[in-house]
Amino acid sequence: MNKDKLLFEKSTRGSRTLRLGKLDVPPADLSALPAGSLRQKAPMLPEIGELDLVRHYVLLSKKNISITDSFYPLGSCTMKYNPLTNEAIVQNPGLADLHPAEDDGRVQGALRIMKTLADGLAAITGLPGVTLHPAAGAQGELTALLVAHAHFHASGQSQRTKVLIPDSAHGTNPASAVIAGLEAVEIKSGEDGLVDLEDLSSKLGEDTAVLMITNPSTLGLFETNIAKISEMVHAAGGLVYMDGANLNAIMGIARPADFGVDMMHINLHKTFSTPHGGGGPGAGPICVTEALESYLPSPRVVEEENGLRLDYDSPRSIGMLRGWAGNFGVLARAYSYMRRLGAEGIRRVAENAVLNANYLRTQLSDAYHVPYDRMCMHEFVCNNRKQREHGIHALDVAKRLIDLGYHPMTIYFPLVVSEAMMIEPTETESKATLDAFIADMLLIADEAKNNPEKLHAAPVTTPVGRLDEARAVKQPVLRYASSS
Amino acid sequence: MPFIQNTDSDRAEMLAAIGVQKVEDLFEQIPAELRLKGSLPIDAGLSENELRAEVAELASWNSSMEKGCFLGAGMYRHFIPTVVDSLQSRHEFVTAYTPYQPEGSQGTLTVFFEFQTMVAELMGMEIANASMYDGCSAATEAVIMACNLVRKRKKVVVSRGVHPHTRRTLETYLRWSELEVVEAPLGSDGTTNLEGLLDDQTCSVLVQNPNTLGVIEDLDGIAAKTKEAGGISICSCYPTSLGILKSPGEAGFDIAVGDGQCLGTAPAFGGPSFGLFACAQKHVRKMPGRIVGETVDSQGRRGFALTFQAREQHIRREKASSNICTNNALIALRGAIYMAAAGPDGLAEVANHSLAKAQYASKALSSLANFELIFGESSHFNEFVLRCPIPAAEVNRAIDSSGMIGGLDLSSWYPELGDNALLLAFTELTTREQIDRLVSTLSNIATAIPVA
Repeated sequence: MNKDKLLFEKSTRGSRTLRLGKLDVPPADLSALPAGSLRQKAPMLPEIGELDLVRHYVLLSKKNISITDSFYPLGSCTMKYNPLTNEAIVQNPGLADLHPAEDDGRVQGALRIMKTLADGLAAITGLPGVTLHPAAGAQGELTALLVAHAHFHASGQSQRTKVLIPDSAHGTNPASAVIAGLEAVEIKSGEDGLVDLEDLSSKLGEDTAVLMITNPSTLGLFETNIAKISEMVHAAGGLVYMDGANLNAIMGIARPADFGVDMMHINLHKTFSTPHGGGGPGAGPICVTEALESYLPSPRVVEEENGLRLDYDSPRSIGMLRGWAGNFGVLARAYSYMRRLGAEGIRRVAENAVLNANYLRTQLSDAYHVPYDRMCMHEFVCNNRKQREHGIHALDVAKRLIDLGYHPMTIYFPLVVSEAMMIEPTETESKATLDAFIADMLLIADEAKNNPEKLHAAPVTTPVGRLDEARAVKQPVLRYASSS
Repeated sequence: MPFIQNTDSDRAEMLAAIGVQKVEDLFEQIPAELRLKGSLPIDAGLSENELRAEVAELASWNSSMEKGCFLGAGMYRHFIPTVVDSLQSRHEFVTAYTPYQPEGSQGTLTVFFEFQTMVAELMGMEIANASMYDGCSAATEAVIMACNLVRKRKKVVVSRGVHPHTRRTLETYLRWSELEVVEAPLGSDGTTNLEGLLDDQTCSVLVQNPNTLGVIEDLDGIAAKTKEAGGISICSCYPTSLGILKSPGEAGFDIAVGDGQCLGTAPAFGGPSFGLFACAQKHVRKMPGRIVGETVDSQGRRGFALTFQAREQHIRREKASSNICTNNALIALRGAIYMAAAGPDGLAEVANHSLAKAQYASKALSSLANFELIFGESSHFNEFVLRCPIPAAEVNRAIDSSGMIGGLDLSSWYPELGDNALLLAFTELTTREQIDRLVSTLSNIATAIPVA
């Protein structure tokens, strides 16, 4: 069947889609180029006509599960609706065909979009210093840690090298700490799923640089002691960094600055509805206190008498982490979203996200074990404790959900709950959708008891069944190679 | 409220099912003193039509490149076939997450597998990853990877011809590392001069081709010299140029990187773009970023999955090869569709046309009195540096008056070239009429100044 073939297997010598018109100047003179600078062997790119190319990608698109097809309760990822307006506005040639090196005077509209977005993020977080530069959340974290490192270095506190990270944190936290020249130290979670204050206290000291805290945590719980935690860290001379991956639960309800947070990142591709795109592009702005603002990366948008300007040369800046000002296309989408919502809409997002999550939690907690069964924020974690006697793992529940037409929840994260299943419905889903999901989850719980084989065999409706992932590592095939 | 579908009665039913009275009760875990009093200082929401009018107004304050623009320096306005926008905007691609559930993500995973193959072919290398943030971050990650391959050496040699943003990014990432960055100067012909810089402490050498001044580097020589010194050679290249220019693999480089904006994505004020990253298969375990591999399901059917995840942050945490998580998948998809639409002949055609426009312009401009191509007429691909008789900023103002956007004034990036150096870029979308208008504008400047 042609439909499962790769582009390279559909390729025919001489076919192509892109053909330019007649050249309006004399042809290029390749002999004028320096000796030895020409390509000897043409790249083996596919050669394919337009209709077959279109069919190829349309067929592939149908092999994905997306928010547009179905409910996508992927915990920690905030898979909310990506408004189509956002996609439409960035097509405007005044935003798309814009060169990043144009004079500031020619790009005032773009700079205004960035400034308004930055001001909005400052209002939401209560932290006045904003950079829109980082390409994604992980780069935002790294940026903040570099800011902290520069700050301690400048203030003669170079001995502050430890970054305290709760065991429930995203893996990017410790990975970023290392690149920032700091050392990751793990903090335990207590039995209530929150940061263990005693463990924290024992690890705070002269060498503390930063506490990285995800609030609400990856268990979907608000750190009720956050003000106390911040106080402890500040008393030890450290800074508090908040991983803003879960900002969706609290925006408009509470401001991180009021908890004592000094720095945080925001995933625009989570909270601000920009699409995930199969793994990016994202944008990871960070917001910091006034005391840290001068260290933020370059360039930043600054407002001056005669308009807005991109400042590439702020003297204390930690520098650049990527090319140009930022993922402007992503920023413009987030701007569009924020302008549609306004202050009232932003608060409604958090309210409905938390409402939807608690509704699912209460309706599912009989059938599935919820280790921290109390009011949650925008997501909650359950596990397989009630199913494991039937040999059912989190993976089996997830795969069965695929057959029922869903993208599964996040599984095996956070690491502090064994066989975790992390469910985040987001505010954009309707009660009707949630009710249907609840019914299907109860069906799966029933099948786990009475027909576990059905779960083990899942998925059966997808283009392929469970894949041999070990083989992909042992016998790596990382690219197509023609057999001829 | 926009995008929220629950009705008031839905909310009432759900609150009752949860067992609380009102929405505020859901937030009881947030201590009262930490909750926001009043509302955020953010303007009230707009309707869709109001928003679109506002954005149209803001966009009208910007100068689009459509009317003619000679800016390049890493971001180029190339033709984008309709198939790219149309297919990339399929919602199934746009609104999917990272393909952690392979059975439900074979679309994205197949795209990445094909993408990796095309990037590897383009670069002349064995394998490639599924993309980085952009060219700067790809080059930076390559340097970090090289230092993990050659552990004891601490010197990183970076050509001054490498894009200033890449050099600044590298500086930021390496600020607290043990690596020392040494800059290799450019010679009078505009190519990188490695003389006296390579030794047994050299961990890696990073160059760019063509370099930021548009000059084609001696890739064979750089790769050979680096190898001789026992270091890792890294080439950052302009993917469009690879339609006709020697690939890093052909020249013997160990790692090849680049920025993918030119492959089907508009400049969009600097991003999002995507980074290309390719190397030899033996280095796969040190490579940053996501990688897709081929495997089979229980029935023996071919399928694709993320692989070698043990390198990555979500497994390896502080020992990961990089902290990268979200990359630029959707823009990489654009690159894949573009490369498939072009094929080897289309890519060569785009490269040839871009070169032809630049050669047409360089010939005309170098014949103007008082103007000079600093690095000659035969050193460039689609971009070159013009020395003007007056400051580049003034020349740009004259080009502006002709209804077009000028080139890049190099005085802040390369102060050693003085105030009069102007970097001009050309692509297949630059028309002969625009070039003629540029030449005539500059010739007016030339005639206004007495011959030296």
